[in-house]
Amino acid sequence: MSEQVQQESVSVATGETLVEVNELKTYYDEGAILDSNPVKAVDGVNFEIKRGETLGLVGESGCGKTTLGRTLIQLESATSGEVLFDGTDVTELSGAELKNWRRNSQMVFQDPESSLNDRMTVGEIIREPLDVHDWNDPKERRARVRELLDVVGLQPEHYYRYPHQFSGGQRQRIGIARALALEPEFVVLDEPVSALDVSVQAQILNLLEDLQDEFGLTYLFIAHDLSVVRHICDRVAVMYLGNVMELGATEEIFQDPKNPYTHSLLSAIPEPDPTSDKERITLRGTPPSPRDPPKGCPFTTRCPMKIRPEKYQNVDPDLWVAIEVFREVLRERSRAEKTLTEQAKELLGMETRFSDIGEIRRELFGDLDVPREVEAHLDRAAEHVKNNEDAEARKVLRDEFGSICDAENPANHVVSDSGRISHCHRHLPEYTEPDEFTPYTER
Amino acid sequence: MAQQESARVRAEEEPLLSVENLQTAFFTDKETIRAVDGVSFDIRRGETVGIVGESGSGKSVTARSIMGLVDSPGRVLDGSSIRFDGEELTDKTEEQYRGIRGGEIAMVFQDPLTSLNPVYTVGNQIKEALRLHQGLRGAAATEEAIELLEAVGIPDASRRVTEYPHEFSGGMRQRAVIAMALACDPELLICDEPTTALDVTIQAQILELLDELQEERGLAIMFITHDMGVIAEVSDRVNVMYAGEIVESAPVEELFENPRHPYTQGLLRSIPGNQPGSERLETIEGDVPTPNEPATYCRFEPRCPKAFEECTRVHPASVEVNTGVDAEDHSAACLLYPEDVSQAEAVELHEQRNSEREVSER
Ligand code: SF4
Ligand code: SF4
Repeated sequence: MSEQVQQESVSVATGETLVEVNELKTYYDEGAILDSNPVKAVDGVNFEIKRGETLGLVGESGCGKTTLGRTLIQLESATSGEVLFDGTDVTELSGAELKNWRRNSQMVFQDPESSLNDRMTVGEIIREPLDVHDWNDPKERRARVRELLDVVGLQPEHYYRYPHQFSGGQRQRIGIARALALEPEFVVLDEPVSALDVSVQAQILNLLEDLQDEFGLTYLFIAHDLSVVRHICDRVAVMYLGNVMELGATEEIFQDPKNPYTHSLLSAIPEPDPTSDKERITLRGTPPSPRDPPKGCPFTTRCPMKIRPEKYQNVDPDLWVAIEVFREVLRERSRAEKTLTEQAKELLGMETRFSDIGEIRRELFGDLDVPREVEAHLDRAAEHVKNNEDAEARKVLRDEFGSICDAENPANHVVSDSGRISHCHRHLPEYTEPDEFTPYTER
Repeated sequence: MAQQESARVRAEEEPLLSVENLQTAFFTDKETIRAVDGVSFDIRRGETVGIVGESGSGKSVTARSIMGLVDSPGRVLDGSSIRFDGEELTDKTEEQYRGIRGGEIAMVFQDPLTSLNPVYTVGNQIKEALRLHQGLRGAAATEEAIELLEAVGIPDASRRVTEYPHEFSGGMRQRAVIAMALACDPELLICDEPTTALDVTIQAQILELLDELQEERGLAIMFITHDMGVIAEVSDRVNVMYAGEIVESAPVEELFENPRHPYTQGLLRSIPGNQPGSERLETIEGDVPTPNEPATYCRFEPRCPKAFEECTRVHPASVEVNTGVDAEDHSAACLLYPEDVSQAEAVELHEQRNSEREVSER
């Protein structure tokens, strides 16, 4: 079955590159009054999109996938890096050039409830981009709108109705017709079916596939629902905290994920099969803030396969988890806002809600057998916390319990014959490959 | 195997919650919306009953009706019955209901912020629930609040207890809401799309947590979702809702292996992950209708690939799909069933059921 899909996608894609993204970064600076850390929404990504293919962009909320999509079509400006369309760097375009180029790349938004102007008729909504770009004469524009209504499966009489008279699925059809009005080559689909019911979702997905075949469209399909992505995408990029963790042919990734994050993500999807005995890896905690991503690998704070220092290779798994959580708690505390009173208390050397370090140690290590050596390092860290030296405390723990995963951002390793890449140190020859490694949580 | 056993035990045990012929309608100037129209099901101690349906199916209104949270212009109609632990809830006053709500029955909503007050710390809100329902105060309440936060997997609980809801991430907020629900020591937990707004790795954490809590505390859970994957994972028994009615009901494995109602069949086939490799997705054409009048026909008829003439004039009653000896406690509201009689006989049976029901309602 999977072979069939691949063959089919090859026949659609021509193998020619339409979009090339190099070292792209998009940072936001809002709220920079208090701290100068920008939100690193997209933090150095590289990939290509072939003409006629559908590239999926998946990841959890806050991973930067929507910002990346918006940056590609210049709804957001890049902080650095290049976005080449047919060789032209569009991050450099402005004025008339930019306006002209925009015709070529459009976006379909997630929420058909709010992305359509309820005071305009359906015809006006679809015609708007034609008006903005002064496309032909008004009569031809109206004819074009009728044609588009037909193309997306709506009726000619819908021209004069208002969006609120339509169901979610039909509204999404209107959004698609509008995006196609100027005959773009490239369409960013931002969660186009996630607000729809399953039975309606399928109709829209089929429509998108038909339109791609008919007009030779290239799609970037942004979604958090992996089963939808599996169905519609030729290749998929998995994002975490502004980085692409793995990128390759869809079926390859779904059947045999190489990156620890992809592995965890796929294992978390509940399958519509009550007899499924899929091994689930339940990740601890939540993704760190993109204002303050971890130093080394973006996934290091939650990775169930994180590389350990040589001498702690055989430490009891529960103890290791407790150490990791302890580090996470300190990270988390340094992020939690301190109120003015608390800052004052701290300056006066008084107790604050941040100083109950003994309590948290009891909570985490109370029931565990902690070897002397480990204990000594925990003591040193706790001492720093008591003196309000959080940064030093974290450094003590990182130096002792950290590994290459905490220190260096991994390179993109090629991990299959088809050129799949994975962003993980475990692909270095000296470590066990992620797919041969049993996650700590499973031991 | 365990399932067959539990099915047998199930039939013998008294239900904790028993909903019968629940009808909830909303009355506006323009129209009447029969959001829940004659729904019956029950839940036993320690079991999870899933309610799955698309938007407009009436699944959330069902939950709100049980909790006594239906606001004007909506109301629960006469002839509806909701019995909890043997007690009829539909004739309770709002005040009596308040004691039950957040007491023996607690609810977790999709958006945790609807249950949390932004101006109080999470700790104070849990302590308030502990004071109301368990009479705990002061240091004892604080200690119990910290313990509850730990029980729902919030690390650094002694610090977190002094924080405000906005300082929590989405997943942590939902955990805090679950901790608050547990503070009332409920017997039944109604979860209305509790993980829909969460990312899949966080959803996995919350589902695991609910599972553990159920085991520890013997909770009965009513779990409402549109996600067939989640339903498959959490439920012991599943009710499928469409346009205000339960159209199919079966133990979870039976339902997925052997769906019988054309709507359930279509729904399962339109899940993209269920058909990897296939080029086109199967779809159910059209949209979910809004039920405005009492049904004298099958509400799925306009979209049903198996519809036949009678479907437009006979309202299907819920019947066992097999009447034979190995009937599986599996029912569907469709004129095609029971399967082991001729179609004409089946239709006649449905007509008969309808007139019986009308008589009993008079
Ligand atoms: S580099 Fe380390 S932390 Fe990152 S994914 Fe690989 S093993 Fe995990
Ligand atoms: S009663 Fe008729 S229309 Fe309704 S589900 Fe059954 S076959 Fe389809």
